[in-house]
Amino acid sequence: MRIKCFSGTKILALLWGFTFLLVPLVPQASAQTSGTQSLVGRRAPQFVRRDLSGHNLDLARLHGKVVLLNFWATWCAPCQIEMPMFARWQEQYGPQQLAVIGISMDDDSEPVRRMIDAQHIDYPVAMGDAALGKRYGGVLGLPLTFLIDRNGIVRAKFQGETDPGKIETSLRNLLASH
Amino acid sequence: MRIRSITTMGSVAVIAFLLIQSPAHAQSALPLAATTIPSTQLIQPEELKAILNSTRPAQPLILQVGSRVMFDQAHIPSAEYAGSGSREDGLDVLRHRVKTLAKSRFIVLYCGCCPWNRCPNVGGAFKTLSDLGFTNVKVLYIADNFGNDWVNKGYPVAH
Repeated sequence: MRIKCFSGTKILALLWGFTFLLVPLVPQASAQTSGTQSLVGRRAPQFVRRDLSGHNLDLARLHGKVVLLNFWATWCAPCQIEMPMFARWQEQYGPQQLAVIGISMDDDSEPVRRMIDAQHIDYPVAMGDAALGKRYGGVLGLPLTFLIDRNGIVRAKFQGETDPGKIETSLRNLLASH
Repeated sequence: MRIRSITTMGSVAVIAFLLIQSPAHAQSALPLAATTIPSTQLIQPEELKAILNSTRPAQPLILQVGSRVMFDQAHIPSAEYAGSGSREDGLDVLRHRVKTLAKSRFIVLYCGCCPWNRCPNVGGAFKTLSDLGFTNVKVLYIADNFGNDWVNKGYPVAH
């Protein structure tokens, strides 16, 4: 009876960890493209931010590229599952002019810096705020990802935990169109 | 199959990060899942909306325990921001806010950052108030997120 070897603390720690391991396997009721669609088909709201590396991040200067704009936060578990995938896509589709941008909706930047270091995120990440969130229709649930075409028009919106295949299919379609 | 594998690997990475990102988090076992809140302590959005629209004299104290950035975009009228329930410093804000309140005060906590079983904030906030002896605390059950389950339904919102 090996279980007798576990202390109460260890069992509690295992249960806590197990809860968070199992949660991702539970299908979500509402995922893709939920919420308002008001921005889809319209010009993406412009913004200029300084990213966490100190570089200027000007959406207007990405004209001609397909932009994957991802709103996320360190406390959002599904966001952290997506981010390494977005980093891979940046590497894979970068030559086809994909630009991935992360906008953190955290209240302060320190945990954001720690997380992008830990996750080896090498695409630009800037801090968001309420004003930017409102311009994008209200970022009132995470993750939230917009796909913007080469002409700066929002073509897709994905809110909540989303099948990566659906985002990638939309992304490939945009990359294929010139 | 591949998606599930990636998701599980990602989850392991997330757990590892959450465990190591802050010593304070590791010590207090935060975040605490929303699913730890007893179902008897949940309040549905339509139920809270009806209370807000009623003339009932004892309106609840509504506390948002998620993100300040989200609160500043939109929140329930009369709600106050009370710190992130997934962080010790956030829970300190909550403890300070309720310090002088009667333990029987009707309090409603909410977050709405993420789907319910992903929310890292309400579980810790609810436990904190329970540990302090508050006996009339409800947590707003937001299945998906505050945008979809409150704002987009046309329920009252303040900016």
